[in-house]
Amino acid sequence: MYKAKVNVTLRPSILDPKGKAAHHALQNLGLNEVQQVRIGKFIELDVEAKDEKTAKEIVESACTQLLANEVMEDFEITIES
Amino acid sequence: MATFGVLVFPGSNCDHDAYHALKHVMNSEVKFLWHKDTDLSGIDFLIVPGGFSYGDYLRSGAIARFSPVMQEVVRFAEKGGPVMGICNGFQILLEAGLIPGAMMHNEKLQFVCKNVYIRTESTDSIYTSGLEKGQILDIPVSHGEGNYFIEQDGLKSLQDNDQILFRYCNEQGELTEEANFNGSVDHIAGIVNKQRNVLGMMPHPERAMEKLLGSEDGKPIFESILNSLSVA
Repeated sequence: MYKAKVNVTLRPSILDPKGKAAHHALQNLGLNEVQQVRIGKFIELDVEAKDEKTAKEIVESACTQLLANEVMEDFEITIES
Repeated sequence: MATFGVLVFPGSNCDHDAYHALKHVMNSEVKFLWHKDTDLSGIDFLIVPGGFSYGDYLRSGAIARFSPVMQEVVRFAEKGGPVMGICNGFQILLEAGLIPGAMMHNEKLQFVCKNVYIRTESTDSIYTSGLEKGQILDIPVSHGEGNYFIEQDGLKSLQDNDQILFRYCNEQGELTEEANFNGSVDHIAGIVNKQRNVLGMMPHPERAMEKLLGSEDGKPIFESILNSLSVA
């Protein structure tokens, strides 16, 4: 069994209104050192596969078909055994 | 007489508005189609209604796209069948890849529920053939994720192929920044696919069918559809 961790993030060219609102709130807290906030999604999957390479392929397929919308989002996969 | 099919997903909430608009205002034949239905025989026109299908989990429309009925909707659309997605229906059609682009959260993050003005940009479609180019319609919106996005190349293709049917405008028909309340690219409120049989729009024409309820500016859209179906 492999554990896959997926980070889905808005593509850099896309404005992130939620990140902007959080950034604004952080400034109100006085954390002016924070220069930018981008908010994404973190998804964990337990995958049954014969090896790590196959597990990664399965998760990639899950990402491109459902978990991320590549029109506006990027994804990054890490596999742990 | 043409028969309309209105899809019903868990979480749809404008299905009955669409049914009422077609059945009682337009005097047409309408059937509900459950998300598990796979038989579209006898249906001439499909409506993917608004709401919050599958609780908008993951992204609006992302899960609905995989329901059994949607596989048939894609087949129906690819054969040239007319499909109209309103609000969440638009989001589902985007996720299903029947229309290019994606929806993001409204720029100012608020859920916006109010009447807005949209301008008719093209009359070259079964949805707008009975409208005048530049005609301004007073139609309600009700969404939190209606900020239409498409890459520059995609936008150019929409413009070059006259696929933008409606843009957000003010009462005078001007494309002011304020009128584009959700931050959509190029003020886009409604677009068709290249083949022009599939429409996605965020505003709700089915909720603007009776003067008594505020506006009847949605009616000419359904009249256009009915006219084109009776000619076909």
